[in-house]
Amino acid sequence: MSKLDSKIPEGPIDQKWTKYKSTIPLVNPANKRHLEVIVVGSGLAGSSAAATLAEMGYSVKVFCFQDSARRAHSIAAQGGINAAKNYQNDGDSVYRLFYDTIKGGDYRAREGNVHRLAEVSGSIIDQCVAQGVPFAREYGGLLSNRSFGGTQVQRTFYAAGQTGQQLLLGAYSGLNRQIGLGNVKMYARHEMLDIVNIDGKCRGIIARDLVTGKLERHFGHAVLLCTGGYGNVFYLSTNAMGSNVTAAWKAHKRGAMFANPCYTQIHPTCIPVSGDHQSKLTLMSESLRNDGRIWVPKKKEDVEAIRAGKKKGSDIPEEDRDYYLERRYPAFGNLVPRDVASRASKERCDAGYGVNKTGEAVYLDFASNMKYKYGKQVATLKGIANPTEAQLTEFGKEVVKEKYGNLFDMYKQITGEDPYEIPMMIYPAVHYTMGGLWVDYNLMTNIEGLYALGEANFSDHGANRLGASALMQGLADGYFVIPYTIGAYLSKEIGTKAIPTDKEEFAKTEQEVQDRINKFFAIKGTKSVDYFHKRLGKIMWEKCGMARNKEGLEWAIAEIQKIREEFWKDVRVPGEANEFNPELEKANRVADFIELGELMCKDALNRNESCGGHFREEFQTEEGEAMRDDENYKYVAAWEMKEVGNWELHKEDLIYENIKIAQRSYK
Amino acid sequence: MNLTLKVWRQKNTNDKGKFETYKAENISPDMSFLEMFDVVNERLIVEGKEPIAFDHDCREGICGSCSMYINGRPHGPNNGVTTCQLHMRSFKDGDIIVVEPWRSAAFPVIKDLAVDRSSFDRIQAAGGFVSVNTGNAQDANNLPIPKNDADESFAAAACIGCGACVAACKNSSAMLFVGAKVTQFALLPQGKPEATQRVLAMVNQMDAEGFGSCTNTGACSAECPKEISLSVIARMNREYLSAQLFAE
Repeated sequence: MSKLDSKIPEGPIDQKWTKYKSTIPLVNPANKRHLEVIVVGSGLAGSSAAATLAEMGYSVKVFCFQDSARRAHSIAAQGGINAAKNYQNDGDSVYRLFYDTIKGGDYRAREGNVHRLAEVSGSIIDQCVAQGVPFAREYGGLLSNRSFGGTQVQRTFYAAGQTGQQLLLGAYSGLNRQIGLGNVKMYARHEMLDIVNIDGKCRGIIARDLVTGKLERHFGHAVLLCTGGYGNVFYLSTNAMGSNVTAAWKAHKRGAMFANPCYTQIHPTCIPVSGDHQSKLTLMSESLRNDGRIWVPKKKEDVEAIRAGKKKGSDIPEEDRDYYLERRYPAFGNLVPRDVASRASKERCDAGYGVNKTGEAVYLDFASNMKYKYGKQVATLKGIANPTEAQLTEFGKEVVKEKYGNLFDMYKQITGEDPYEIPMMIYPAVHYTMGGLWVDYNLMTNIEGLYALGEANFSDHGANRLGASALMQGLADGYFVIPYTIGAYLSKEIGTKAIPTDKEEFAKTEQEVQDRINKFFAIKGTKSVDYFHKRLGKIMWEKCGMARNKEGLEWAIAEIQKIREEFWKDVRVPGEANEFNPELEKANRVADFIELGELMCKDALNRNESCGGHFREEFQTEEGEAMRDDENYKYVAAWEMKEVGNWELHKEDLIYENIKIAQRSYK
Repeated sequence: MNLTLKVWRQKNTNDKGKFETYKAENISPDMSFLEMFDVVNERLIVEGKEPIAFDHDCREGICGSCSMYINGRPHGPNNGVTTCQLHMRSFKDGDIIVVEPWRSAAFPVIKDLAVDRSSFDRIQAAGGFVSVNTGNAQDANNLPIPKNDADESFAAAACIGCGACVAACKNSSAMLFVGAKVTQFALLPQGKPEATQRVLAMVNQMDAEGFGSCTNTGACSAECPKEISLSVIARMNREYLSAQLFAE
């Protein structure tokens, strides 16, 4: 157990953070200037951490593979960000956010971390507003809120369907200010390809300049990995094309433990796959479930008629529709957590009620709220006592447009169908990964000086993340956690002079990176990188996706091992190393995804229970709900790599002192 | 669908570059423009040729990476759409499609269709922020902002920084981009104390990067995938003029 000390402070849950925060050693301003911090990744976690650490006086370097820090994939988050402000006076509180998050995560997250997250959530909104983030507002000028899944309060702040964009641009503006002041040095179009450990501590990174292809060595007293999640292991996901596991995986291969890799979030509302050419999937925000009702036809003959193009969704009369979420979960209805909603869609589609040609789609329908909720509201405001159906539709459309306009436009672009007229078709898709590098309460991995923030770590969402909590966690880690907790380590480092990068460890690590690049070009095989990535993705989706079982996972592990072997014999990487070479970048990332895929399956196989996003078919209740095994699996599975394909499991027991664990129910 | 592509190929910034012709065969109308490029690249790789380099990432129209100049228009034939959201159903079987990178002195070509837009970041670093340190904020609802101002500010802040405005402009002006950022802050009470320095610093940096001036043609706004209004330029000019008058 010595390897996994979570360092949760003593004391009552609501005082842990306040007390701990005020006892963390400080670093005086003169010393901060000499302490260098490397931040890898420029999304919400990375940008906010870099800006804040630079404001405090540390010397910061930021690396991102995109051409600008503003393009990190946080930019694509749509629906919103949670905060326990209780502006709606609907009974929200820090405790309730804490409770909802632990329950939503199916009792597989750490109490201490989650409570801290809930405590700082309010400050995030304050900070963002102060930066000029244009959140949605009411006519009185105050901030507007909406509901997200897994909660019964309205605590989600938003900026149309582009909340991630606005929050990231806020953090990016803070980062830019520090770049302009010379406190941050920005390295865009740079990809981290390894970490450098010296005497057991992380002391820097090897990065590749993606334009010139040159490998660079960078020293840091501490290194922060803010590199997001690994959903692209499935090939098709809502992640950006470039999103990858490489930074985290390199750290893992150098000794950092990887926790709960099998916890994957499959988001219920994405645009269905249209064909083999598909390169990525597009999310339709969870906020749509505020006003959209999910259903499939009750009758098989209606399903047949829809698939054959003889009927449209809007032709099916009310009594022949199965609003299966409202039917199965009357208390939460369409706003059940993502894992529950996704499985329910799969259940209906597997039973043969899918409404598109592939049989893998359900309806998300706005018609009734558009007309009878918003249309009526507007009619009342306008003083129209007996509005016609057409008027209701017209009025309602305006309101829906203001709330979700960009999402509706995006849907129309992609599918060619107008969701104002016919119900949207949606299906679950890989969206987020709750697993990640194991970190303690300070967000430090088990390698001293190496931290992981945001989606890259594992700590706050347990086995399922609630909607609008990813933005909250990224910014909490970057703005309000790491600026304090890093002091615990750096205060001991004030005597460490910058280590020259001609030191042996830097040279050796760079050589290993160079050798791997040379190896890619030497193979001169016959298959593209994408060929292998697609094959891997298909296996992961089918055997380690929404439903998993022992037999399938064992088969997948063997298959993935074969893919790995073939990849290193037959991949073709065109071009040269010393130039802008996107295929080389992909090869590097996919090689790591293949190794990760195997670990995910092993983790899923090890966890003989169902919890949150991890659903083992062998372990379900009679009603088809996830069946946890708290006796045997109430732990964090942290994997230590011995060599490729061989891991050792370490367990961190989860202790619940404040929340009584129970069978999760949304009925 | 079967299509003919004429694509700009340029090995690096210093290379002269030229058009190459490629066939894109068996293209589904449901593919996005970039998925069509994936198909072409996959074939080039298998044939042992160099695939076409282009910037792309989110493929859902928000990151601003993709930057193709298609048949003489940034992001292609449709309005209000980025290249990644452009689908092949917007083209006809047998079409010849010409694809170029953004053309502007301030956006040097890195390779093929990928250009260097770091000038945009430097403009932001010059003044595109509110000078507030983490941890100093008052309660968010202590600062009520009229809904219309917040909405208009948001509409300007929706800019994705792709650079289509510059590519569309005969003068390679970046005033729609800079105007959008200036407008976002000009409409909000936050950051008012530094409004003067902000607009002067951003405009000076824009000029230093080699972007041209605005002659009110409006191509920028017409081609903007986020349909940023031309009025942001007017607002920036007003802010700039008043800053010049009142600057110390």
